[in-house]
Amino acid sequence: MIGGSLALYQAMEVLGHAKETQFAGPPKLSGAPAGASVLVLGAGLAGMLAAFELRKAGYKVQILEYNNRPGGRNWSLYGGDTYTELGGETQKVGFAPGNYLNPGPWRIPYHHRTLLHYCKAFGVALEPFIQLNHQALVHNSKAFGGKPMPYRDLSADFEGNVAELLGKAIDNRGLDSQFSAEDQDKLKEALRTWGLLDKDMRYVKGNRSSRRRGFERPSGGGVDGSPIPSDPLPFKDVLDSGVWAVISQHMSIDHQTTMFQPVGGMGMIGKAFGKQVEGLVTFNAKVTKISQAGGAVTATYTDTATGAVKEAKADYCVCTIPLGILSQIELDASGGMLAAIAAVPYSNSVKVGLEMKTRFWEEENAIYGGISFTDRPISMISYPSGGMHSDGPGVILGAYTFGAASYKFAGMSPDERVRTVLEMGSVFHPGRYKEQFTAGASVAWSRVPYTLGCCAQWNEETREEHYQTLVAVDDRIVLAGEHASYIGCWMEGALLSSLDAVTRLHKRALEA
Amino acid sequence: MRILILSLLIAAPAIAAPKPAVPHPGAEVYQNVCQACHMANAMGAVGAGRITALARNPNLQYPEYPISVVTGGKGAMPWFRGQLTDQEIADVIDYVRGNFGNRYNKGPGGKVTAAMVAESGVAAPTRGER
Ligand SMILES: Cc1cc2nc3c(=O)[nH]c(=O)nc-3n(C[C@H](O)[C@H](O)[C@H](O)COP(=O)(O)OP(=O)(O)OC[C@H]3O[C@@H](n4cnc5c(N)ncnc54)[C@H](O)[C@@H]3O)c2cc1C
Repeated sequence: MIGGSLALYQAMEVLGHAKETQFAGPPKLSGAPAGASVLVLGAGLAGMLAAFELRKAGYKVQILEYNNRPGGRNWSLYGGDTYTELGGETQKVGFAPGNYLNPGPWRIPYHHRTLLHYCKAFGVALEPFIQLNHQALVHNSKAFGGKPMPYRDLSADFEGNVAELLGKAIDNRGLDSQFSAEDQDKLKEALRTWGLLDKDMRYVKGNRSSRRRGFERPSGGGVDGSPIPSDPLPFKDVLDSGVWAVISQHMSIDHQTTMFQPVGGMGMIGKAFGKQVEGLVTFNAKVTKISQAGGAVTATYTDTATGAVKEAKADYCVCTIPLGILSQIELDASGGMLAAIAAVPYSNSVKVGLEMKTRFWEEENAIYGGISFTDRPISMISYPSGGMHSDGPGVILGAYTFGAASYKFAGMSPDERVRTVLEMGSVFHPGRYKEQFTAGASVAWSRVPYTLGCCAQWNEETREEHYQTLVAVDDRIVLAGEHASYIGCWMEGALLSSLDAVTRLHKRALEA
Repeated sequence: MRILILSLLIAAPAIAAPKPAVPHPGAEVYQNVCQACHMANAMGAVGAGRITALARNPNLQYPEYPISVVTGGKGAMPWFRGQLTDQEIADVIDYVRGNFGNRYNKGPGGKVTAAMVAESGVAAPTRGER
C-alpha cells in the first residue's frame, strides 16, 4: 500500500507534477537553547507562523501587534464592523450579518501548498473561489459600442478565428519551412478540434461553434426543442474587446483552476492562526524602536489604548513589520539592512464591496461567481463565490484597482468611492446595480494604518542590490513577510519567508 | 470637485460674478495622486507609521528635495517618474510649495519647471517589475 503510493508519487515527480512549490512540509525545529526567547513583531500570517513554529521548537515567544486583532492584511470586514482609515474617515459596515468584503487577499491558488497545509492543520474550511466564469462579462468602452459581452462568446470567437487564420497560413504554405506535410495535417486537425472549425476549416455559424459560444435559441423539449445556432461576432470587434488579456489572466499559474477561499471570509485564516498563538500576542502595541544592545533585542512600544510606553526584551527577534513602516522605526541593524529596508516602495490598491438586496446576477444572468472585466478604472467586478444560489443579499466586489486608478480612488472619501464605483459598474447590470444596492464599504491600501500600502514593490535592480541583505540574519534579528519573498503579494510568500527565517534563526541560536 | 466647477459655471452668468481664477494645473495632479496618502488637506496622518504632512513643511523650501522624492520615491512612497510627466511633477510640486500654508514658490527656486525636474530628477528604474 505504502509502496504503491510512494511509487505513484515518484512517477508524478518524474512527470513534474508534484513540485509546484518550495514547501517541503513544516520545519521540524527542536531543541531550542534552554530559556532562549524570541520576540516577534507583527501578528500577520508571517509573524504568527514564526511564533507557532518557534514555540514548538522550545522558545519562549512573545508577539507585539499594532492592531487589536490577529491577521494583518489577512482580513475581512463584516456587517457591523467599523474601520477607520488614515485621515480619520470611519466606516460602519452596513452589510447583513455574515456578509463581508475581503479588502486584501481573496483567492488562493491550488499550488500554494504551505498555506493549504496550515489551513488544514488549523481547521480553516475552504471552498472553491470562482476565478473563471464563462458567463461573466467583458466590457471595453471601445468595442461593441460599449456593450459588455459574455466572456463565453468572446473567448470562443477569439479562439475560433485564430484557429481559422492559422489554418489559412498552412494552406498558403506559410508554415512549409517549419513543419513537414504530415505535421501540418496534424496541426490542421488540432485547429479544427480546438477552434471548432467546420470541414472547410472555417469558423462559422453552426451547431459546432454554438456548442461553445451558446445558441441563439437553446435546445429545449417538445415542439420547439431544436436549437438555433448563434452568429459569431465580427473578429475585429472581438480583438478590440481585449478578451485575450482576460484569457491570459485566467491561464496564468496564479489564477488557474482550482482556486480556494475560506468559508466565511479570508479573515478566517488570520483568526485560526490567532487561536494557535493565543496568549502570546500583545495587541494595541505600536513598536517605535528596536535595539540590539547588550546581547539581546529590546523593542520599545506604545500601548495605543493607554499611551503608556513599554519595553519587551528577548534573545532574538523575527520582525514582520511592513517595510514602509519599518523604515521609519529606529532600528539597530547594519547599514546594508537599513538601506534595503528603505529601498522598497509599496504599491497601492483600492477595493470596494457593494451589498445588493438580491443576487440578481445569479437569478437573471446565470452568473455564479467569477469576474467581469472592464477598461474603466474599477478594472473588474467580482461576484461572490460563497453562498451561491441562495436568497438574500450578496456582496459584489465593486472595484479592485491598480496603478493610477488606485491613487484616484484612495483620494476620495469612502462615500464618494462607493458612488463612483456604483456608477462605473452599472455598465454591467443597468437597471439593477444602483437600484439593488444597500450598503458599501471600501479599503484604500495607501490609507491602511498598519501597512501604508498594498505590497512591497521590488524590481530587478533592487532585488540585485538589496534582497539578500534584507533576508539575512542581522546579528539577532531576522525579517520575514511577503516583502522577504519572491512570491510578493501572496500569503504563500509571507509563510514561506517565515519558515525560512525561523529555520535560519534557530540555526543561529544553536551556534551561539 | 466636478460638481463645484459645474455650479460655478452655471451660476456665473446669472449673478455676473468675476470669472473664477484658472485653477493651478498642479491642483488636479494633487487630487488624483498625492491626496491618496497625504490627504486633501495635506496634513498627512499617523498610524503604525506616519505619512508626512506637506502642509507648512520646511523641507519644501528648495525644489530639489521634493523633486528627488517625487521622482525617486522614499520609503513606502513609490517613484512617480514615468507615471507622471516631468511637467505634471513640476506642476504639483509648484502647487504644494505655494499652498497648504507653504509660501516657498515665491522664494528661492521660484516656480518649479519641467526643465528643473528633468535636470535634478531621479531616473525611473529601467527594469521595473509590476
Ligand atoms: C489588495 C490586496 C490583495 C491581495 N490579494 C491576495 C490574494 O488574493 N491571495 C494571497 O495569497 N495574497 C494576497 N495578498 C497578499 C497578502 O495579503 C500578503 O502577502 C500577506 O497577508 C502578508 O502577510 P505578512 O505577515 O507578511 O504581513 P502583514 O499581514 O501586513 O503583517 C504585518 C503585521 O505587522 C503589524 N505592524 C505594522 N506596523 C507595526 C508596528 N509599528 N508595531 C507593531 N506591529 C506592527 C501589522 O498590524 C500587521 O498585523 C493581497 C494583498 C492586498 C493588499
